[in-house]
Amino acid sequence: MKFLITATAAMVTIALSTTAQAFCGFYVARADTSLFNQASQVVLVRDDDRTVITMANDFQGDVDDFAVVIPVPTFIEREQINVSDRAVIEHLDAYTAPRLVEYHDPDPCIRYELKSRMVQDAASPMPEMSKQDRDVSLGVTIEASYTVGEYDILILSAEESSGLIKWLDENEYRIPKGAEAVVDSYLKQDMRFFVAKVNLKEQAKLGYSYLRPLQVAFESNKFMLPIRLGTLNAQGKQELYVYALTRTGRVETTNYRTLKLPSNTDVPEFVQAEFSDFYRAMFEKQTHKENERGVFLEYAWDMAWCDPCAADPLSSEELRKLGVFWVDSSQNTTRGKSGAQNVFVTRLHVRYDKHHFPEDLMFQETGDRQNYQGRYVIRHPFRGQTSCDATSYYTEVRKRQDREAQALADLTGWDIDYIRSKIDYIDGAMPEAVDEPWWKRIWK
Amino acid sequence: MLSLLLGFGVFVLDFGIRWQNAVAIFAAAQFAQYAGARFVARIPYDPLSALITSFSLTLLLRTELVSLAVLAAFVAIGSKFLVRVRGKHIFNPANVALVSLMLLSDSAWVSSGQWGSATIGALALACLGMLVLTKARRAETTIAFLSAYGLLLLGRAVWLGDPLSIPLHQLQNGALLIFAFFMISDPKTTPDSALGRVLFGTLVASVAYTIQFVAYEPNGPILALIMMAPFVPLIDAVSRGHAYRWDQPAANATRQVKGV
Repeated sequence: MKFLITATAAMVTIALSTTAQAFCGFYVARADTSLFNQASQVVLVRDDDRTVITMANDFQGDVDDFAVVIPVPTFIEREQINVSDRAVIEHLDAYTAPRLVEYHDPDPCIRYELKSRMVQDAASPMPEMSKQDRDVSLGVTIEASYTVGEYDILILSAEESSGLIKWLDENEYRIPKGAEAVVDSYLKQDMRFFVAKVNLKEQAKLGYSYLRPLQVAFESNKFMLPIRLGTLNAQGKQELYVYALTRTGRVETTNYRTLKLPSNTDVPEFVQAEFSDFYRAMFEKQTHKENERGVFLEYAWDMAWCDPCAADPLSSEELRKLGVFWVDSSQNTTRGKSGAQNVFVTRLHVRYDKHHFPEDLMFQETGDRQNYQGRYVIRHPFRGQTSCDATSYYTEVRKRQDREAQALADLTGWDIDYIRSKIDYIDGAMPEAVDEPWWKRIWK
Repeated sequence: MLSLLLGFGVFVLDFGIRWQNAVAIFAAAQFAQYAGARFVARIPYDPLSALITSFSLTLLLRTELVSLAVLAAFVAIGSKFLVRVRGKHIFNPANVALVSLMLLSDSAWVSSGQWGSATIGALALACLGMLVLTKARRAETTIAFLSAYGLLLLGRAVWLGDPLSIPLHQLQNGALLIFAFFMISDPKTTPDSALGRVLFGTLVASVAYTIQFVAYEPNGPILALIMMAPFVPLIDAVSRGHAYRWDQPAANATRQVKGV
């Protein structure tokens, strides 16, 4: 294997986040304070009608007492709710994140000798990356199944649910404008709600400085994610990552178009330092292209392996934590480090608002088991001393660098001159400014 | 018209139609049509009907396996020759193939969301153009289906208190339009009388709505069509009896729908 995965890959999700008020449900606060969280991450485990949803967000609020109201497609009992740990979702994020792969050109004069050394070079940084991720996964205490941790869960029975708004009112929670209509619509569709009150004292006692993900397990033929409440008083667009873990194959939306992002493209070397900027620009361009209505596939893979791996596949134990009930947690001891079988992961990325996504996300599982990943390639030219006439190699590299610049401009919409100014050209020369006709740039 | 849509889907939208599947479906359908015409029905070979079925199948069926695509084509064309009542085949060929494949295998599915909203306007116009071009013959089924389905969605939104953008979004679905204009409209598998076709379109819409929005299962229209197809001979029988009394009794009694 002659590639390296840069650490930037795992950081994409965090870097991409934009501040917005987003969640499957909505936050209600007593104080007159705005509550914000960055990107939401939802893990959807689904097999037949059995569903486990894990909802994570990097909410950062400064209020004494607030609650979150979460819609679920069916009536639930207390035991169906669980508090998970964030490290597993972070691991899943790292495993499925779009990746940057780098290759090093060998010395054009002594190709054979260098090949073996390159393999060593390439192999060494890999464990560092994996270790970092493992540490995150391991540094977590495991809660007992029914411990609700820092949350006081309030499950409202069917009758009480219809009085949800009233209850929130009576308890002096502020309700987002327009929430009543959506809550009413959901109730008529036989959806139910539960309220998770965050007890900050309890949270401090437990030692968490953030809110841990909530999990709900239920059986329903509705394979969907309610996003309408989250759009109510949103400030701009919201970012949502859906990780679907299924048995058969890729998951897609049935009421919005699911598209693959452009992948396997060679990009200039400097993208390594600006990977999150690059990715954000590319994502923005693709959403515009799709009239802001697309759902984007970032990763689709059999969980048993990965190539290249941005992080190790999740262990059976981690998958069980996420609610993958058909995986045996003892699997790992016999199978060693490799991941669990029969789990197909789909990572979807949605940027949504009320206007472009009026309806909740409806999903279906397809029979598609084709692997897909967001993968971007950097090829470092050989810059050492050459012992022969390497003119043809340099010419070829130069052509390649021009191609990469154009590819990057096409993907991101960045100005080609800006891109060229950042490229370290092999012959040291910027391309001569071509006197292009003025109209060539109007609509770029 | 359909070939234009297909080309558009494959080359412009790139929504996962594999060219291998398209080739396999077209070849297998023509082969089955030829064999069926020659050895089962003993009628002259006419490629047109199988061609239309192939287009519908290619546009809607998704699978990674070429063998399943071939099987779909055989099921579609085979059903025309083998499942017949009073000289008419009962099931819409593409419809029966889609449903059987989805039931038989995990590896076949319909991607109803894959026609992006950017192209839906163009698609709707193309469908309407098609309707005008074919002089709206037998268009009652399409019109009745879309009207009834639209009304049900609208009614649902009003009942739920949802904004109108929701039913509008639900109607802007490429697979729904392809279904309405190219599948349910098939003259061979819809009732013979205009009234019967209106009734049939409305029935399919009601069942489709129930599947999609009461049972919350995907592919409502496609499933509804196959469930309602057996009622076509019944509707025909009733409306024929009606015609028998009020129209030309002799002509109606002996009328046969020929061809496949």
